[in-house]
Amino acid sequence: MESTIEVSGLHKRFGSTTALDGMTFTVSPGVITGFVGPNGAGKSTTMRVILGLDTADTGDALIGGSRYRELRQPLRQVGALLDAAALQPARTGRNHLLWLAHSQGLGGSRVDAVLGMCGLQPAAKRKAGGYSLGMRQRLGIAAAMLGDPAVLMLDEPFNGLDPEGIVWMRGFLRDLAAEGRAVLISSHLMSELQDTAGHLVVVGRGRVVADTTVAELVETASGDRVSVRTGARTEAMAALADVGATVATTDRDTITVTGLPADRVAALLGAAQVPFSAVSAHRATLEEAYMELTRDAVEFRGDHSEQVR
Amino acid sequence: MTSPGSTFLERSAVSPAGDSLGGFGSLLHAEWTKFRTVRSWVVGMVLAAVVLIALGVLLGSANRSTYSAGPGTEEIIGHPYVPIGPGGEAVTDSFQFVHQQLDGDGSITARIAELTGGRLASGPQGPAGPPPVDEQLPTGNATPWAKAGLIMKADAAQGSAYVAIMVTGEHGVRMQDNFTGDIAGPAVGDPQWLRLTRTGDSVTGSVSSDGTEWATVGVVEPGLPADVLAGMLVAAPFQETVTQQFGGGGTVTGGPTIATATVDSLALQGDWIGPWNGETVGEDLDSERLAGIVGFREAAGTFTVVGAGDIAPVAGGSGTPIERALVGGFAALTIVAVLGVLFITTEYRRGMVRTTFTASPQRGRVLAAKVIVIGGVTFVVGVIAVAITVPISTRLLEANGNFVYPISLATELRLIVGTALVMALSAVLALAIGTILRRSAMAIAVVVVLVVLPYILATAAVLPAGPSEWLLRITPAAAFSVQQTPLAYPQVDGAYLPAFGFYPLGPFAGLLVLCAYAAVALGIAWVLLRRRDV
Repeated sequence: MESTIEVSGLHKRFGSTTALDGMTFTVSPGVITGFVGPNGAGKSTTMRVILGLDTADTGDALIGGSRYRELRQPLRQVGALLDAAALQPARTGRNHLLWLAHSQGLGGSRVDAVLGMCGLQPAAKRKAGGYSLGMRQRLGIAAAMLGDPAVLMLDEPFNGLDPEGIVWMRGFLRDLAAEGRAVLISSHLMSELQDTAGHLVVVGRGRVVADTTVAELVETASGDRVSVRTGARTEAMAALADVGATVATTDRDTITVTGLPADRVAALLGAAQVPFSAVSAHRATLEEAYMELTRDAVEFRGDHSEQVR
Repeated sequence: MTSPGSTFLERSAVSPAGDSLGGFGSLLHAEWTKFRTVRSWVVGMVLAAVVLIALGVLLGSANRSTYSAGPGTEEIIGHPYVPIGPGGEAVTDSFQFVHQQLDGDGSITARIAELTGGRLASGPQGPAGPPPVDEQLPTGNATPWAKAGLIMKADAAQGSAYVAIMVTGEHGVRMQDNFTGDIAGPAVGDPQWLRLTRTGDSVTGSVSSDGTEWATVGVVEPGLPADVLAGMLVAAPFQETVTQQFGGGGTVTGGPTIATATVDSLALQGDWIGPWNGETVGEDLDSERLAGIVGFREAAGTFTVVGAGDIAPVAGGSGTPIERALVGGFAALTIVAVLGVLFITTEYRRGMVRTTFTASPQRGRVLAAKVIVIGGVTFVVGVIAVAITVPISTRLLEANGNFVYPISLATELRLIVGTALVMALSAVLALAIGTILRRSAMAIAVVVVLVVLPYILATAAVLPAGPSEWLLRITPAAAFSVQQTPLAYPQVDGAYLPAFGFYPLGPFAGLLVLCAYAAVALGIAWVLLRRRDV
């Protein structure tokens, strides 16, 4: 099986609310794809449609070319974590994994293997109802890993993890992607994905607003802006505006220049004998890029042809 | 399985470990693991069995029967003697028997000139003592199942084999044998001539309106010995009237009746050894009250025979049907129904049902696996619990002097398997309703209203007989009919009411009603499961 997720043209309405509005993207093997967007953007609905839990009004969601409902022993092909709290609290963590394993024709030895993999061995025989949110996340990851699947799909996997857990989760997911698996992780916080995801699918209002790599996204958001720190703000603005750059005041001793590279700005200011203490290329954070994109998605709502890429 | 450290691209894909049922075996295994790993569910199942057994034991130990053999004698733990018929069932065998001995083949013919009867006038009156017998005898129409006719019987002991042909008060000519056999004769005008002819093991009953043209009513093999007592019989059963009030209980009123038959044209063929001997079969009839009344007189070949009692199977009243020991089955059923609901609704409540359907996207198969697991577990627990309860409770009841109706092995098996099936099907119905409604409390309420409430309303004599019987026809509670061990005999008038443990539907028809409910609910659940987002 090819380890991919292909989502094309999903539409779904709940009553008068449009949940999915032409959701289209592809998750490739060997890379962690971040699936980001504000709450209510359609991330969880998309994942449920991919897993055959919800039915889309139109459109297709394929895993390695097949619909989820056509898969035999699907956990051997797709591992999913939707809601870490979806447990019968009276069952022990190990028994929760055991029934799942049995449903895929797997045995207790595989359960013990994934428990070890996720560091849950000490808590395995305790009731899952007493687990912390972080332990439940680990149990959810263990469940997703039961069938050693080629495709992994995790909804908000960092929720409730302590800093040590976050570090563990990042490393774990990177290793999985490095093995050639397709990994899709959703989050409503871009910061969680900054150092983890290689590819990003940004969604807003039920459709994709950006489908790009992390580097491209940051570059696009940064633009060719340059920050200049100077005591002679008026003179600096005059000198730069003369050569056609757009100049804006950021605060009392900083201006932002658009349309010129940093070295050219420095040269121009030097030639005009305007004193300055620093000239630096502005670098947007992923968070800023994300905010900008999702703000656009809100601003351009109703205009379906608008696609920020 | 690969070790956790292996690189997934380096190995071949996980070998698909299918099973012969196309993955369904795995699904069953998973649902069974789900069930057995929630301790409260396992405890609940055990509790259902314990409640069933404990209430059976309690009923057996708490019900003490005492009686005294007669006025002035000491009360002892026990019960009046109940004769057992050749078929093993409890019978009534008390009637007026006017007999000679017949050795080998032979026949007896007679004309029943008149049959009158009714309730016995109340007690001896007047300062001059009781009035003459003739004045006490009721002269109205005989009661519906008053019997007068000819009989061949193994001996005069209660419960022995017999065959008889008779005229009845309102049910025409009948040929009856060994208490349960009953053949309706053709309608002939009065007077009625009757004949019994014995040839070897078989006995033929015939009827005629003129003594020359005879019609055969039936031929039976009652298993009589070579030498039998044969002659005339007269009986008149105890008459019961049941009144039921809405909202509270019922009362049975009634009393003994007697019948008077005038028999003439008696003709005997074969090896008969006289003289005519009048005998009251059944000591319970030989009370002071009837002592001077029942008997026979002969004048110029015309016999006047006065009798009371009945020769028929017992249809409830004098003993304990063993299914009463299963009162706890009802509490057990409620427990397993709750478990059936929870088996699916807890998954909805926690959202775990998404994990379930992610692991097994064919939702109909998940439902089927759940049905088999909850139904199967309940059935096994039910069989074990009932199989323990019935013999223990029977023994305890009998040790406490109660008469427990004897039942055949087949009936006992039906009681055990049937009760377990009622529990299992109720659990499955509960599972289906839980799947439809997805809410524990609501689903449990619906199951209680469907199964438990009608049962209480109908059998606790809350409702009158009519509505009770309808409830036990159209609600899943109809299935409790599988527990009924006493039979409702058409040839015996009795209080065949739900309040007395008699159901309007037969054991298997009742079970089918519950099956139909479970099937329809499962059908709806299946359609909804396929259509709904989870």
